[in-house]
This record gives sequence, C-alpha cells and structure tokens, in this order.
Amino acid sequence: MSTPTIGVLALQGDVREHLVALAAADALARPVRRPEELAEVDGLVIPGGESTTMSKLAVVFGMLEPLRERVRAGMPVYGTCAGMIMLADKILDGREDQETLGGIDMIVRRNAFGRQNESFEASVEVAGIEGGPVEGVFIRAPWVESVGGAADVIATYDGHAVAVRQGNVLATSFHPELTGDHRVHALFVEMVRAAQ
Amino acid sequence: MSTPTPQHPETGTARVKRGMAEQLKGGVIMDVVNAEQAKIAEDAGAVAVMALERVPADIRKDGGVARMSDPNMIEEIIGAVSIPVMAKSRIGHFVEAQVLQSLGVDYIDESEVLTPADEINHSDKWAFTTPFVCGATNLGEALRRIAEGAAMIRSKGEAGTGNVVEAVRHLRQIKNEIAKLRGFDNNELYAAAKELRAPYELVKEVAELGKLPVVLFSAGGVATPADAALMRQLGAEGVFVGSGIFKSGDPAKRAAAIVKATTFYDDPKIIADASRNLGEAMVGINCDTLPEAERYANRGW
Repeated sequence: MSTPTIGVLALQGDVREHLVALAAADALARPVRRPEELAEVDGLVIPGGESTTMSKLAVVFGMLEPLRERVRAGMPVYGTCAGMIMLADKILDGREDQETLGGIDMIVRRNAFGRQNESFEASVEVAGIEGGPVEGVFIRAPWVESVGGAADVIATYDGHAVAVRQGNVLATSFHPELTGDHRVHALFVEMVRAAQ
Repeated sequence: MSTPTPQHPETGTARVKRGMAEQLKGGVIMDVVNAEQAKIAEDAGAVAVMALERVPADIRKDGGVARMSDPNMIEEIIGAVSIPVMAKSRIGHFVEAQVLQSLGVDYIDESEVLTPADEINHSDKWAFTTPFVCGATNLGEALRRIAEGAAMIRSKGEAGTGNVVEAVRHLRQIKNEIAKLRGFDNNELYAAAKELRAPYELVKEVAELGKLPVVLFSAGGVATPADAALMRQLGAEGVFVGSGIFKSGDPAKRAAAIVKATTFYDDPKIIADASRNLGEAMVGINCDTLPEAERYANRGW
C-alpha cells in the first residue's frame, strides 16, 4: 500500500492537529505555505481557522491561483470548518472581498450555527464512515445552505448539511482533528490513494 | 460523559472552548477601541479582535481604575466584524465576566491590564459557557489558571510598553519549566506539582504532552513584525498585539505586516519585506525604569 504525501495548508489555523491525524491515518503529512511546497503533495487538507485570514494570506502570498489550479486539476482536498468555506463555490455572510478556492458546487453560510457560546458537540452519522457516528465538534461552524447536482451530502445535523463530497473534494462543518477519532482522515487518505 | 444526541447538543464543553483557541493558532489578535479600528484589524487579516475602551498604553497614561468596557461599544464591535470578538474582565470580577458572556463575546480575557477586583481569587471559569484566556508569567501560574477553567493561556509580558522583553522572559520561563518536567520521573512529579503550586494531574499531563493542554499565545509588548516572529520562534502559537498597532503611525499597514510575519515567522526575507516603511512604531517604555506598582505582570497570582 502506497503512503501518499498530504499537505496541510499552514497559513493559519489548527494545522498541528491535522498533521497528527493524517500521520495516524498512514499518510506522510507536511505543512504547506508556499507554491513549491504545494507542488510536492498528492492531496491537501485545509484546516479549521479564520477563513477571512486564510483567504487574505492566500492572496497576499500568491497561493490562491496555484491552489485553484490544483483543485481544478483534480487534486484531492479536504476542508474542515474554515476549510469548508474555502472549498465552497459561493459563501453567504462572508466578507465581500473574501476569495474562495471553490471545488464543491455548494453555498455555505459562515458562522451559521452561531457564535462561540452556541458552539457545541454532537454525534453525527457520516455516510461512508463505518463503526458508528463520529463526534462532531462544531465551533462557530458553517453549514451548507444548498448543493448542486454533482455534490453529495454525506452528513446532516438538525436538518442542515454538515458534510459534503464532490468527487475528490471533501468538506465538513465540524472538526474530526480535535477528537482523536481519525476515521474521517482515513477516508480522505483513501481518496488520495485512489486518485494516485 | 454521556454520548450527546442530536436533540441534546452539548455547549461549553472543554473541547469546544479549547478547540476555539486551536482555530486561532498562527494568527494575530488585535486590541481595538471602536468599530472603525475593528474593521481595519479584520481587513489586515486579524483572527480576532479584543474590544476595550482604552489600549494599555492609554490605561498607563491615564491611571485610575480600569474596568470592563461599555456594553454598547462591545456590541458595536461585534456588529462591525465577522471575526471573533474578545473582551476583558477584571481579575476575579465574575460579574463583569457574566455581563460579557451575556453580550455574546467569543472569548473573555481575565486580564491584569485592568485593575484587579479580587486580590486572592480569580474567577471560576468552569462556570461559564464562554471560554477564557488568562495571562501567566510562569508554568505554575498557567496551570493554576487552567485548573480554574482557562481554555487558553497567554504570556503577560508588560502591556502598553511596546517593549517585548517581559513577554520573552515569560515565554522562555514557561517553555523551560515544561522542558524540565519532561525529564522528571513519576516520583519527581509530585514534588514538582508542590513546587509549581499546581494540581498534580495537570503537571503530569504537561510532562506527558511536552506542552500545555491548551493553546499558548504571546502578549504584552509586541510592536513590530520581528517582535511577533520572535515570539513565535520562541514557541508562542500566535500573538496578541495591544497598543502596538493603533499607537503607531500607520496602523493598517503595521497590522497587515505583523500578520504576515506571524505566518512566516521563520522566513527572515518575508519578515524583512513586512518591516519596510511601516512609519513610526509606538514609543516604547523601558521596563527597568517602570516602578513595581506600575507593573501589570505582578497582578494575578
């Protein structure tokens, strides 16, 4: 079985937790901040963090177009929370100048579940993940308002789509990297392997 | 802990509180005193803003008792930006903290920059849904705050001076004490806990993890992009910048430059570029000329 090299976009956010989760799921994990580092990875995780900051830094440091090109070319990508926002073709309640990479035909509403006081934990059934529900940690979390034909909703919470997959691109509103349960990362590592 | 069901989501758990701070890592949290400054901070790429009536440099200058900010002003800032908003309560003033929680702030800083309301007790932070960040000068102090429920720790530094020397001292102290614990065997950890005046369980956890169980930021005296990068190279996971931005000549430019240097803290070329033509930095204060009574880092215990 091959060991894919998977990057974690390290402009800002909970990079370390994703590196740990990917390593536990048998990938070679490394942080990615520069275009030449992006060129060396087989797949990419966009971590949780502040999406406005990440988007701004991606523009300032010339990462936006290289990221978009890789996503268009079919590189597997997984985004959590802010990462989900970055992968949305369209966002609601974002800043007017906020750039996303796109990749999933979905509309995502930022901070849809509320502010920090409304942040919560709940168990979530994810299609394609065996062994029972995952622990969903939702922090100022977005939800998916709607998806286009090519995207599949693979988890919902309280009537809202919170995990979506379109081809090689995966996104969750919640943070599996904070739980020690690496099944979602293992699913992503499988996606990267299959794409190689 | 019972398994949460969709009908019973759990709010305010340690994981949700600490997890919020994890999302701020690699970022810059900026002090702002009004909605206009908050927007400048957000535009510059801040991961959060700290809403307060006066930045520490002005609190120093004005003297008197420094308290929680006006709720109207905090709400204006919450309304003006989409990024998280933090606000400060006095040490031990749990009613100010209750007020801040009711306003919907995303994090409460139980801060030595304000005048302490209790000289023995800090607030019981487990009692709140809103997470807390607290300052520390050493590992024992950090662990006492975590025992009280703090979900994030920052160095105290010496706020409002524009002088990074105390933040460096505190961060090095915390990191060195953690490194020392790593070398201890189980027998030694009990005595270490006693010496640190911190709960044994937390001391053991730190010895095993090799880091605090919560996110560690730097605060107090950061004024330049190189200061921010220095704190990150010393092991801070992000930085708070107080007076350093809005007491400088060109706040928008300096704010954006500090954000860049915080992300590329290990790339001197990028830090050099970020440091060009920033205009006047805030006028600093030498900490060794600061009378004991005016040292905020001495507040809290």
